[in-house]
Amino acid sequence: MRAATAGDEPAYRTLLEDLSRLLRGAVRRGFAGVGVARDDVEDVVQDTLLAIHLKRHTWDPAMPLGPWVLAIARNKMIDDLRRRGRRPEIPIDLTQFDIEGDDQQASIDAQDVARILNGLSDRNRDIVQSISIDGHSARDVADRLGMTEVAVRVALHRSLKALADTYQEKSR
Amino acid sequence: MKTDDLIKALAADAKSVEQPIARTLAVAVGIGALLSLAAFLATLGMRADFAQAASTSIRFLFKFVVTLSLAVPAFLLVRGLSRPDFKLDKRLWWLALGPVLLIGGIALEMISVPADAWQARMIGHNSFYCMVTIPLLSLAPFAAILYALKCGAPANPAIAGAVGGILSAAIAATLYASHCADDSPLFVMAWYPFGFALMAALGAMIGARFLRW
Repeated sequence: MRAATAGDEPAYRTLLEDLSRLLRGAVRRGFAGVGVARDDVEDVVQDTLLAIHLKRHTWDPAMPLGPWVLAIARNKMIDDLRRRGRRPEIPIDLTQFDIEGDDQQASIDAQDVARILNGLSDRNRDIVQSISIDGHSARDVADRLGMTEVAVRVALHRSLKALADTYQEKSR
Repeated sequence: MKTDDLIKALAADAKSVEQPIARTLAVAVGIGALLSLAAFLATLGMRADFAQAASTSIRFLFKFVVTLSLAVPAFLLVRGLSRPDFKLDKRLWWLALGPVLLIGGIALEMISVPADAWQARMIGHNSFYCMVTIPLLSLAPFAAILYALKCGAPANPAIAGAVGGILSAAIAATLYASHCADDSPLFVMAWYPFGFALMAALGAMIGARFLRW
C-alpha cells in the first residue's frame, strides 16, 4: 500500500487483487446467515474496493492495513443491508480475514457498477470501459479520443468518484 | 462489471492520491481559526485591558485553560474520527477534561468569594452576547472541519460531526474569552456551554447526513 500511495501502478494492482480475494472471503463470512446472494457479495466487494481506492489517504502508514480494510468493508456491508431495506441489527463480525481468501468470483459480473456506469456521460463511460474491460492504458485512450493523458486520468478519477457517490445515494 | 476489470481502472488511477487526512484536517482547522480570528478582530476585538488582565488575573487566564483543554482533545479526537478504523472506545472521555477543570475552578471560586456574590458573578454582564457570539465565531472553523471530515472516511459520521462542532465552538470560545469582561468560572459554566451544545447538535445532525461515504 505504501508503494501504491506513492503512485506505483503495478504494485497497487497486485495489492487490490490480493485484497479483493481476502474481501470476498470476509464479506461472504460476514453475510453468512443473512441470506445474501453471491452476486451481491461481489457488489459489496466492488463497492469496498472503490472506497479503499478513493479513501486511501485515510490509512495511516504507521497502522496495520488489515483493520483499516476491514473497517471499510464493514461499513459497506452495512450500507448494502440498508439498501435492501434491512435494519443492519445483526452485528457483522469482521475482525480478521479468512486465511485463504476466495477468488472464485473474480470473473463473475457484478451488477451494480455496470448499471451505474450507464449513468456516466458517453465519453467517461468509454474511458472507464477502455481502461478496465479492454485493458488499454490511459495514454492509448488519450490518443484514440484526441485528449491529453492528464485529461483522461482526470476523467477516470471523476468517473470513479461518481460511481462511489451513486452507490452511496442508493443506500440513503 | 468484473472485479478484475474494476481493479484495472482503479490501478490506472493510482496517481490520484490525496494528501494524508491528518494534514487536510490540520490545514482546515488552521484556516477556519484564522478566518474566525479575522472576523473577531474586525468586530469585537480583544478587551481594552487584555494585557493587564493576562498578567494579573488568574480568573481571566483560567478561561483559556478551560477552552483550550477542550479544544486540544477535541482536535485529537476529530483527527482519529476522520479515519474508518479509529476505535472510539472510551476516548470520548477526553472531552471531559475541560469541564472537570471548570468544576474545579468553580469550587475554588465558591471558596474564595462570599456566597451572596455568586449570583452576580454567574449572571455577569454579557450573557446574551456570549450565547450569540460563540456560535457565530464557530461557523468558519465548523465549515472547514466538516469539509475536511468529508475528505476523510469517518466510521461514525454523527459523532465525528458532533466532536467537530465542539472543536469549532472551543476555537470560538477561546477568541470570545479574550473579549468578554466576565471572568468568573461561574459565568463560564452558566453561559459558554450553550454554544458548545448548539454546535455539537448541529454537527451531529449535519454529520449524519453529509459525512457518509
